[in-house]
Amino acid sequence: MDITPPITKPTLSLIHSWRIRLKLWKRSAKEFLYDLLIHPTALIGSIIVILYILAAILAPQITVHNPENGNLRNRFTPPAWEKDGTWEFPLGTDAQGRDLLTRILFGSRISLIVGGVAVGISILIGSTLGALTGYYRGKLDSIVSRFADLLLAFPFLIFAIGVMAFIGPGITNLIMALIFKGWVEFFRLVRGEMMSEKSKEYVEAAKANGMGSLSIIVKEILPNIINSVFVLGTLRIGDMIIMEASLSFLGLGIPPHIPAWGSMIASGRDYMLVAWWVSTFPGIALLILVLAINITGEGLRDILDPRLKLEG
Amino acid sequence: MKATKILERVLAALPIMLGVAITVFLFMRLTPGDPVDIMMGRGGAVSEGEIEKLRSEFNLDKPLYTQLGIYLKDAIHGNLGYSYIQKYPVTTLIIERLPATIELAIAALIISLVIAFPIGIASAVWQNSLLDRLSMAGSFLGISMPSFWFGIILILLFGVQLHILPVQGRIDFDAHLSIKTGFYIWDSIITGNHVALISTIKHLILPGITLGAAEAAVIARVIRSSMLEILRSDYIVLARSKGASEWRVILKHALRNALIPTVTIIGLQVGVLLGGNMIVETVFSWPGLGRMVVSAIFARDFPLVQGAVMVYAFTFVMANLIVDILYTYLNPKITF
Repeated sequence: MDITPPITKPTLSLIHSWRIRLKLWKRSAKEFLYDLLIHPTALIGSIIVILYILAAILAPQITVHNPENGNLRNRFTPPAWEKDGTWEFPLGTDAQGRDLLTRILFGSRISLIVGGVAVGISILIGSTLGALTGYYRGKLDSIVSRFADLLLAFPFLIFAIGVMAFIGPGITNLIMALIFKGWVEFFRLVRGEMMSEKSKEYVEAAKANGMGSLSIIVKEILPNIINSVFVLGTLRIGDMIIMEASLSFLGLGIPPHIPAWGSMIASGRDYMLVAWWVSTFPGIALLILVLAINITGEGLRDILDPRLKLEG
Repeated sequence: MKATKILERVLAALPIMLGVAITVFLFMRLTPGDPVDIMMGRGGAVSEGEIEKLRSEFNLDKPLYTQLGIYLKDAIHGNLGYSYIQKYPVTTLIIERLPATIELAIAALIISLVIAFPIGIASAVWQNSLLDRLSMAGSFLGISMPSFWFGIILILLFGVQLHILPVQGRIDFDAHLSIKTGFYIWDSIITGNHVALISTIKHLILPGITLGAAEAAVIARVIRSSMLEILRSDYIVLARSKGASEWRVILKHALRNALIPTVTIIGLQVGVLLGGNMIVETVFSWPGLGRMVVSAIFARDFPLVQGAVMVYAFTFVMANLIVDILYTYLNPKITF
């Protein structure tokens, strides 16, 4: 019988192991891109999202108007294709005579930043806590889990509205309010997966090889559950963006002078009879972005994590 | 046996509710801004003595844990404090507004179920048909649509352009409804006021659709996916081979089992319904709890905000509790 000695840590030099890792990543990235290509809705969704990101970055280059100052003489100019409309303001102007398209372009920055940062930090906090508590259990686990249960007793929007009511509007406050509850879902996901992965054979094998707990968590288990986290994260970005817009709509989110879609829709509400476009277009921009994120997320779920599919 | 399980669930919900009350209390007390300053902010010049008197009246001069104790004791007795601005007990103000909110929530739920069930069932039965694709695209739209914007578009369309539906408030001024319970539909039925009944229903349509749209989308998707799974299972094949008619199989055998995940999602959606409630009430100037909270936030009327947030959270916990209990009836296999 040919007994090959088990590969121990020192035999695989760090560089060598990273080379293998990189190769694996490259291969899975290639497979992933291929899957994306045969999944047309996910492809379209992600292209739209990328266009939004580009528009947000390049907003000052795309438009010549100032998003925060307008000329009152131009107020309520209708969209270009309507009577009295001009191509100088393709989507018309608002009550202060500011170009709507410019404000929509700049508004996409707020939505993308709030959605991205809130979800990113939520993932970081939730996954770290979930991984540690799911692996080690113990006192920390029962404390954090109780706290998570408590936060789950509040509907998300109500919670965010409550927090914003107390800490006041502003972009940092808003992101904090969203993270304050946003991490819980990632925590529960990672903790649950961690608990079920922990008892599997490959973890036992790693333990037998003398790997430390922390490196088992980071190198062995996390790569197996990162896909689910990624998929859930994508789907939650859309929710966070809607939440931000809802709070800004109520006047609790982004201060009114900064262009944000929610507050733009709110300001158009007062002029619905004379200027339908002021509320309508920011809403369409919002709807398309969230729709694109959601179909991307749904596609990613089919590609990366088919198990999640049953949950709706 | 079932009764003990249910009791266990109810008891498990109690510490959560206590936790909710403590969280809300701490949030309110630990944020900057002295309540007395807020109350006095409108009163003009006030003497030191008066401020001290107010502080002791509201127990603000006592240590935090004593305040918490007093607050919890009062809350159990249904006393959620006094509104700073309206000078009424918070409980009274909330109870006054609740019927409007509940009536709207029920309307939204009915609308969403009426839309979701036929769509969900039909898309599962005719999977991949044009109907299926269109309704699933529609549900995607429903999920991604911000409700406040949808409400505004409905107002633009049906109120401003077509003038066929009212877009503000609960009832027309000339309906002369004598209010008994605050539930206008009920009140107009028991007083036999047809004009009021029609006016109330008309006022409910647009806010109800706005609040129910996202709900309908989520519920339809869940019904579809669980129906799809069930229609492939062995016992459905058996029911068919026994000669049961197709619609009997679908409605009696499959739908009953598809109800389990559906009830869960409806329970979870109560949270969305409650959150959406503030938004939709603001858009349609609906005189309910949500709109009161939003104006209380801007008036910095914290006891009122605090009380309302607690009512919302309790309703959410209760809804999930009810879902858990309903489970035992829908699926006898489930044990907690």
